[in-house]
Amino acid sequence: MLKVAVVRFPGSNCDFDALRAAERVGTNAYLVWHRDSSLQGADVVILPGGFSYGDYLRSGAIARFSPVLRAVSAHARAGGAVLGICNGFQILCEAGLLPGALMRNARLKFLSRPVRVRVEAPDTPFTRSYGRGEELTLPIAHGDGRYVADAQTAAELEANGQVVLRYVTDNPNGSMHDIAGVCNAGRNVVGIMPHPERRNAQLLGGQDGARVFLSLEARNATQHAGDMRAVDGRHLRV
Amino acid sequence: MSFRVHVRVMPRGGLLDPQGQAVEHALAALGFAEAGGVRVGRAIELDVAATSRPEAEARVRQMCDKLLANPVTEDYLLEVEEA
Repeated sequence: MLKVAVVRFPGSNCDFDALRAAERVGTNAYLVWHRDSSLQGADVVILPGGFSYGDYLRSGAIARFSPVLRAVSAHARAGGAVLGICNGFQILCEAGLLPGALMRNARLKFLSRPVRVRVEAPDTPFTRSYGRGEELTLPIAHGDGRYVADAQTAAELEANGQVVLRYVTDNPNGSMHDIAGVCNAGRNVVGIMPHPERRNAQLLGGQDGARVFLSLEARNATQHAGDMRAVDGRHLRV
Repeated sequence: MSFRVHVRVMPRGGLLDPQGQAVEHALAALGFAEAGGVRVGRAIELDVAATSRPEAEARVRQMCDKLLANPVTEDYLLEVEEA
């Protein structure tokens, strides 16, 4: 069974939502405290949303130095799948596991509402159950969601297809290139501002986010088959 | 020796600073129409034990690069004084 570690920082508040969403697709999901140094053999790591360390200094700036981040970095460098949602995305940027940074929303307001996003990269461990160009409705809830990177980094992200999600029709926070989520060059580390774990059942108003977690099980199924899979011309070890 | 270091962290020029804009609008609303180019940053002060002023400055630069400022979005200025 796929093991999913959900890291809990002081100030995380989407930890249980992420945990339940991962459990719901049949994974063995468990919480890992930020002071732990082991991920207990996790196949997948999720850094959930919230306000780690009260967003002191900058969102994600202090969490980056939590002991568990050493294990998360090692897991990521070894090619392990890591998903950062909202504050988790901010932490991954601060930790240098993803390029760029997240700044205060252009119109300053904290935004909590559904947005439309387009799946630009279905070739990551968390988006492989979506079609390229598929549009989704997912909730956002952030004050610091304006993605920025220097011009060269932004050009590389576009050239390498590292923009995972992009806002459509309305860019809520002024992020560059309407970016709502990116992945690293290895495509195993993904950060997104929208909250798929809050939209994974009809009871929650929709289930556009469910396949983020189902993608993990798709990965697992293929892993058991022990084969290589070609995704968009790339051979991925899945 | 001990040094008092003043760190000024500012949003990088060219990047949108919505806080600065909001403060500028508020100043205009208060009748301070002459105020412009407002930017909002962060000031950090700390005591540093070091054998010399350059050593204290070098150490605080490392602190800025690693934690106090975000290299993607912010620039910083240091002022070192003997405590």
